[in-house]
Amino acid sequence: MSVLSRGFGRGRSRPADDRLPPGQYDAGDAFPVLSAGPTPHTPLARWDLAVDDGTGTRARWTWEEFRALPHEALTVDLHCVTKWSKFGTRWEGVAVDRLLQDVPDPAPYVLATSDGGYTTNLPLADLTGGRAWVVDTYAGEPLAPEHGGPARLLVPHLYLWKSAKWLRRLTLRASDEPGFWETFGYHLYGDPWREQRYSGD
Amino acid sequence: MTDTTDAVSARRLDGNAAGGPLAALFAVDVTAARSRCAACGTTAALGEHLLYADAPAMVLRCPSCTEVVLRVGTREGYVLLDLRGATLLTVPVPVVADDGA
Ligand SMILES: [Zn+2]
Repeated sequence: MSVLSRGFGRGRSRPADDRLPPGQYDAGDAFPVLSAGPTPHTPLARWDLAVDDGTGTRARWTWEEFRALPHEALTVDLHCVTKWSKFGTRWEGVAVDRLLQDVPDPAPYVLATSDGGYTTNLPLADLTGGRAWVVDTYAGEPLAPEHGGPARLLVPHLYLWKSAKWLRRLTLRASDEPGFWETFGYHLYGDPWREQRYSGD
Repeated sequence: MTDTTDAVSARRLDGNAAGGPLAALFAVDVTAARSRCAACGTTAALGEHLLYADAPAMVLRCPSCTEVVLRVGTREGYVLLDLRGATLLTVPVPVVADDGA
């Protein structure tokens, strides 16, 4: 090991702190369930996932078709705006890049819509480039309904309210339309490392 | 279709539990107020609505159709109230003794 590298290595005395954005605490083994409404239980036979380019549905997958898409395994840290973080969570899902690959000239913003009426808005650039997935498997098991199953959005670099549970539709939009929590004063973007909890942060 | 026996349902409260935060805004006990749902038109006392409190803010839903009626939260010294799902809120006026009688 070179002498030069020692001074530049990541400190190992408090590894958890490196992963913890400002104002967050480590939830440890707990995986808190936040709920703003009843948990939807859409039968898989009636489930589909759609991509809408703003003029209509451009792509649609049934559950079987979605399961047949190439899945990736990922291990990521989660950061909830209610201040808990959870490290090293293991998921499997389809990259959003794959879901959008057949949409020509996509608009710059996305509104994610879920069963139960939940919505959240994101820039397209944050859903592409291998930074976002639609996941159906958590810790090797089918994603439980309370955590957003059968499938949820996962955008780990933003606060967890952006990772819409029970996802059913991604709609491309010319403008950034605020979603469910964003219309209640939560930040339009929601970067945990800049502590963008509320509009104005 | 929604589950009525899962953990989320088990932690659901009735609307009376929203009385605390709402007391900061209203001069009367608002849980007795009746609210008409913008989605389905059902009128019910706020105390009989469904309250989901394990969220970034309290979310009060219609007991008939479960659509969002009201959201209330506190933040950095402010109370925020969103009444988008209530078309009409009917609040009883407290009876005041008539000193001149
Ligand atoms: Zn209703």
